[in-house]
Amino acid sequence: MKILVAVKRVVDYNVKVRVKSDNSGVDIANVKMSMNPFDEIAVEEAVRLKEAGVATEIVVVSAGPTQCQETLRTALAIGADRAILVETESELQPLAVAKLLKALVDKEQAQMMILGKQAIDDDSNQTGQMLASLLDIPQGTFASQVVVTDGKASVTREVDGGLETLALTLPAVITTDLRLNEPRYVTLPNIMKAKKKVIDIVKPEDLGVDISPRLKTIKVEEPPKRSAGVMVADVAALIEKLKNEAKVI
Amino acid sequence: MAALVIAEHDNLSLKAATLNAVAAALQCSPEVDILVAGNQSDAAAQAAAQIAGVSKVIQIDAPNLADQLAEPLAAQILALASSYTYVLAPATANGKNVLPRVAAKLDVAQLSDVTKIVSPDTFERPIYAGNAIATVQSSDPIKIITVRTTGFDPVSAAGGSAAIEKHAVAADAGKSAFVGRELTKSDRPELTAAKIIVSGGRGLGSGEKYQELIAPLADKLGAALGASRAAVDAGYVPNDYQVGQTGKIVAPQLYVAVGISGAIQHLAGMKDSKVIVAINKDPEAPIFSVADYGLVADLFTAVPELTKALG
Repeated sequence: MKILVAVKRVVDYNVKVRVKSDNSGVDIANVKMSMNPFDEIAVEEAVRLKEAGVATEIVVVSAGPTQCQETLRTALAIGADRAILVETESELQPLAVAKLLKALVDKEQAQMMILGKQAIDDDSNQTGQMLASLLDIPQGTFASQVVVTDGKASVTREVDGGLETLALTLPAVITTDLRLNEPRYVTLPNIMKAKKKVIDIVKPEDLGVDISPRLKTIKVEEPPKRSAGVMVADVAALIEKLKNEAKVI
Repeated sequence: MAALVIAEHDNLSLKAATLNAVAAALQCSPEVDILVAGNQSDAAAQAAAQIAGVSKVIQIDAPNLADQLAEPLAAQILALASSYTYVLAPATANGKNVLPRVAAKLDVAQLSDVTKIVSPDTFERPIYAGNAIATVQSSDPIKIITVRTTGFDPVSAAGGSAAIEKHAVAADAGKSAFVGRELTKSDRPELTAAKIIVSGGRGLGSGEKYQELIAPLADKLGAALGASRAAVDAGYVPNDYQVGQTGKIVAPQLYVAVGISGAIQHLAGMKDSKVIVAINKDPEAPIFSVADYGLVADLFTAVPELTKALG
């Protein structure tokens, strides 16, 4: 079984982003960029399925500027076999990315697509579901466990009240939640090995996909700040404030 | 210009998040219909008909809709979507699961986690874990929207008298099947609908301490239980307790954070709460920057003292 994993290069999760003074977006010049944490979990899951003998090949895909090659190298170092970069400097929105991925899935004939459930920059939580829809195949989103047997994937999902389990006929799309696995640390020998793996570069035009954005960002602002609170001396003072000032208990 | 709201329900009753989605829909259009797709969902459809401001309830019953699987549910929405300018669902696990499938098939963008309707085609939504608010404009003919429930006050669950129209089920390929569900049992209020939430973090040290300290305080306050990602990852509590960027987004009247340092990702999930109380032994903890009332104290003595004093 061939697995296709999609990864996104995003601002590192430890960075507190700042809104640009002209309100055109957030300032991502000179900040640390990393692989979206959910995508790292996606790569790890694919590698574990290969180690378990379920998957035969892992193709990792990213879309964006040329620097995404670094993100793909990280995925190759975790254990993906080869990579494809859909290179573009244009803004990419989830629908466009889903269309690019569909074109590659059609070409690669992958049986399982694993994506992060959301990217921590735009927090959209759309691409996996859109890809499944465009391919007319089932989806197992927010996965906390994936078991593959006899052409079916049993996917346990994190839902609002707890967990639920689905049986999906492959091919299928899976999106990862936080507790699916804990990604391994990349070792130096694997980083060296990853340098020899192939990254193919294609353009959106090569795939015949129109990537023009559908949503126009008018402005980006700082959220309203909470006014500074007060420190209370002890439990009695806290209760007094909650009862008489805030009147919430 | 009409709007269609996808009801969040378990066939027997409507989930409260539906009321917030209807509120958002009414800001988009005066004509709001609601879809109850389920199995033997008469009770849920009748509840939907009572919602203030709803024009019509569309009820679709079929066995494969019983568990709100994305594939058959999306097929029902798609069959109806062409009559609407807006399709909205609450940004719950279900809403997030199904609506992008609908948007992709319609070849339109989705607006996720919308917190404000600015104008008929312009919306506000948080990005970067709520560290920035983007105002975005959609030129697509149908706007597909998931509604962040904390951004909209719920409409009344009573007072409406919408007609219920039964529709035939649209076909689905049947490539997904529901196997089972393991829901966390609790007599406490639901996290996203609770007026008071008591959340515990890594500072508690163990699941036993969570139960020993946080649960009694929540009981005294009639509160729901929450947790930081660190506490969930450490196995103190089930994952559906998680409040934060990738967990639940809450905005209760009172949020009590115990032993939670306040990572950006956690603050994203609770900073719209009306009153925030933080109890932490580290005076430098970032949680204090959003707290209305901060108490620097050892939680192992302060929390039992608080619980006792509330007696």
